[in-house]
Amino acid sequence: MIRFENLWKRYKQVEALRGVSLQVDEGELFSYLGPNGSGKTTTIKILTGLAVPSAGDAWLHGFHVEKESLQAKRQCGLVSQNINLDHELTVGENLHLHGKLFQMPRKERAQRIRELLEYIEIADRMDSPVKSLSGGMKKRVMIARALMHSPRILFLDEPTTGLDPAIRRRIWSLVKSIQRSGATIFLTTHYIEEAEFLADRVAFLDEGRIVTLDTPQNLMEALGTWALDRVADGDMETLFFRDREEANRHIAAHEGSFSLRRVNLEDVFISLTGKKVMT
Amino acid sequence: MSGMLAIYQRELLILRKKFFRQLASMSVSPLLYLFAFGFGMGRGVRVGGHSYLEFLIPGLVAMNSMIQAFAIASEINIARFYWHIFEEFQAAPISNISYVTGEVLAGITRALFSTVLILSIAALSGVVLSYNFYFWLAAALNSFVFASLAVGLAMLVKSHSDQALLTNFFITPMAFLGGTFFPVDTMPQWVQHILHFLPLTHASKAIRAAAFGDPPDFSSYLLLALLCAVFFVLAFHWVNRARE
Repeated sequence: MIRFENLWKRYKQVEALRGVSLQVDEGELFSYLGPNGSGKTTTIKILTGLAVPSAGDAWLHGFHVEKESLQAKRQCGLVSQNINLDHELTVGENLHLHGKLFQMPRKERAQRIRELLEYIEIADRMDSPVKSLSGGMKKRVMIARALMHSPRILFLDEPTTGLDPAIRRRIWSLVKSIQRSGATIFLTTHYIEEAEFLADRVAFLDEGRIVTLDTPQNLMEALGTWALDRVADGDMETLFFRDREEANRHIAAHEGSFSLRRVNLEDVFISLTGKKVMT
Repeated sequence: MSGMLAIYQRELLILRKKFFRQLASMSVSPLLYLFAFGFGMGRGVRVGGHSYLEFLIPGLVAMNSMIQAFAIASEINIARFYWHIFEEFQAAPISNISYVTGEVLAGITRALFSTVLILSIAALSGVVLSYNFYFWLAAALNSFVFASLAVGLAMLVKSHSDQALLTNFFITPMAFLGGTFFPVDTMPQWVQHILHFLPLTHASKAIRAAAFGDPPDFSSYLLLALLCAVFFVLAFHWVNRARE
């Protein structure tokens, strides 16, 4: 379980987080959605010990992230936004060192490395230097590394940024299967479809504040089922309808260019903040 | 303990992967100094009853062990700013003392490896001095001082260029002024006073005395041990400064 209360983070003149509070339940796949600079990565950095909060408290499975940092760190695995593998070392060596950092016995490390490389489908690349892998493979190795010590919480900070759509979907399947194994997952993303596909609940973050929090379904249903984009006189507006017939009646009664589609989380974010998530 | 060993093992693995590049990099400057100053300028010169080459070798050991121990700062910065591996250490359940000890041990290992390299080159040149317990103790203390300083400063710098500035302003001047190439006691009195503030002056003095089989001046060893403790404690405290 992840819990944080009134988290603040100031970087000189910038307030990256402004009093955010949240609880993520055990086994939940929670998504933190927001544009770049909204405070998503800062939250993860505080929760994983990479940053110090300016104010507020956070707990991972009951362990305070500052006062009981070593116990708190044992609860979680982190997949950073940047590819932070040792490129000079092999895949196996990267995983082995991670296991050692988490005090895993040698035998257990070797066994877990074999299991994880099978799991991420690159068992044949154990002795390959990381620098020889593709971007998608490196991300999968990072996920395997974060899972080495069997953490109860997995933090994924924009895990699919920069990957092509096919690889992205492969990572999604992997994330879903990790959740099925019982882990709690905290995922940051600015890809709307990623949050829609994966998350049990979503929090929208904007300028360091949570603007709304609910299941993707509830958030979208609050707006409607259908979104009608209308372009008239060079301006675009989006209208929301409960049913398709209602939207069609609106099209028949008005002039302009129309595009009818299902409501998505981007619509929710725009309706709340006036901004797009993907900026 | 396991965390400290993981940090140390990582640095050794990197060293092993880049072994021949590292070997070449560690050898080039001592070889140049040996040829330029030892065989070139210093031929026929005697210092305190020893040939200049015999005088130079312990100085090169002190200088190179300092440079190689301090070079751990560059490795840490590459891990921090380029590969972002440092995040992996920050997110791991290891204490600051484990991290600092692992990195300092890696710095000492590099330094002692470079010492063996210089002594091998010296032996090939026909210079064999007394490599006794006090010689290795002084070399190890010198390496410890600069490896701890390197780890501490690596936590404070914000970029690679900051790191280069530190090397240019502190390490390079010390390499030339710390009793490496000339005896400090031939300098004017006021210059000697200044040079005695440099840890390398004491390291050169201790390493040279041991290599010549002279009785050790324990004040130099004590000062180096004190600096080891001070820089290690500072490094330990400065690890937290690297957190955002």
